[in-house]
Amino acid sequence: MHLDNFAIGDSFLHRADPRVKVVLAALFSVVVALADDYACLTVASCVAITLLVVARLSLKQVLLRLLAVNTFILFLWLFLPFTYGGEEILSIGPFNATREGIAYASLITIKSNAIILALIALIATIPIITLGHALSHLRVPDKLIHLFFFTVRYLQLLHLEYDRLRDAMRIRGFRPRSNLHTYKSLAYLIGMLLIRSFDRADRIRKAMVCRGFHGKFYLLSHFELNRSDMAMLVFMMLVISGMAALQWLTRM
Amino acid sequence: MVNSDVVIRLEGVSFGYPGDQSRRPVLDDLHLQINRGDRVGLIGSNGSGKTTLFHLIMGLLYPTQGEIEVFGEKRMQEKDFREVRAKIGLLFQDSDDQLFCPTVAEDVAFGPLNLGKSQEEATAITQGVLKDLGLEGFGDRVTYKLSGGEKRLVALATILAMQPEVLILDEPSAGLDVETVDLLVNILESSDLTYLIASHNGDLLERTSQIVYRLNGGKVIRENRDLAFPSEIGYC
Repeated sequence: MHLDNFAIGDSFLHRADPRVKVVLAALFSVVVALADDYACLTVASCVAITLLVVARLSLKQVLLRLLAVNTFILFLWLFLPFTYGGEEILSIGPFNATREGIAYASLITIKSNAIILALIALIATIPIITLGHALSHLRVPDKLIHLFFFTVRYLQLLHLEYDRLRDAMRIRGFRPRSNLHTYKSLAYLIGMLLIRSFDRADRIRKAMVCRGFHGKFYLLSHFELNRSDMAMLVFMMLVISGMAALQWLTRM
Repeated sequence: MVNSDVVIRLEGVSFGYPGDQSRRPVLDDLHLQINRGDRVGLIGSNGSGKTTLFHLIMGLLYPTQGEIEVFGEKRMQEKDFREVRAKIGLLFQDSDDQLFCPTVAEDVAFGPLNLGKSQEEATAITQGVLKDLGLEGFGDRVTYKLSGGEKRLVALATILAMQPEVLILDEPSAGLDVETVDLLVNILESSDLTYLIASHNGDLLERTSQIVYRLNGGKVIRENRDLAFPSEIGYC
């Protein structure tokens, strides 16, 4: 498991204040998600690609992530053009694709990829721990931050536990097949993981209570906004406002 | 019997896990007294109730019968145990249960902050404790990326950071290499803390404890040192 793949680097974006990056990523995503104007989305895609170039990330890794996202989008292309009502422009056997359906699927494809690229450039370049701290400084509710931290901390451990259980099954000759024995064994595996996580959660709670925990976390690290962070914040806000304006103008 | 030197006293304590009525209780009419300055070892087979006993002392579990007295006061409910937890540090068997903060420094500072220390005080304590344990420069390390031995030492640091009067160590040497066990022994020897160690490691107990108890059949019995370990060590 490599949660911090993109966080290693020394580009301008890696050094930027994580709070600024979180705010910009959120604004960018909202504007793009709500937009349906191609001029706006073209600008958004260009902005996302520029950010990615500035972040200087491994192209191969980025393409792999994009592949994962676009696998889902492929399913949209299988269904949307044929189920959306409108002018029929293509028929494959008994199925008819509509112009509106194709347009809609393209829109979703462009939006998702633009958002993912921007998130990779802005959010994935923050080490996961720092991201939690940044969210906390942005006044995200404590409970969500705790959930986030605990998930990060114990995901790794659960994954290792899963690997151990899988190995234990494998050394006794388990090979997944399409039969009841396989389903039953995998169900046991998942059940065991759930029970173990539950037990672990209980032990962690006890350990925390022993150290005087009473529902409050304290943060030790603090961030400082420097001049280039402010410049980036202002510049990007202008760009995002421009995108929103393009969208708004087409509605007039 | 009022004695200010008694730190932990268990009188006729019994405990059974709910839903387990068919079996004998884990602890059965157990008596145990630990005085200030005692260095006590606890042995007992797997499942003999060592961890249960520790959780009862910390107020994580409550006895079905009997009395628990810590620092001269009877402890019956959650709020009685808050003071106990501030003064007794329990090192868990699995350090992964204990280390839950993202970074080492945050984890070590967690206890002191809970006890009402300021950020500056907590940071100073953290640095001091890490230095004492030879963990300088570990502050920014990510807890889940530490090795097994490092995790145990950091977990010990999180306990020591609360500046306890008594340490309870649950299998502290399990899974550690000889060097790390040596380090642990040195830390315990050079401290002036009262402590209680449960371990299967006879060598560790011989080097660190004056008295050894055996937990068997839900009760504790003084272990004959000469039988347990070949060397003779005085008992005070």
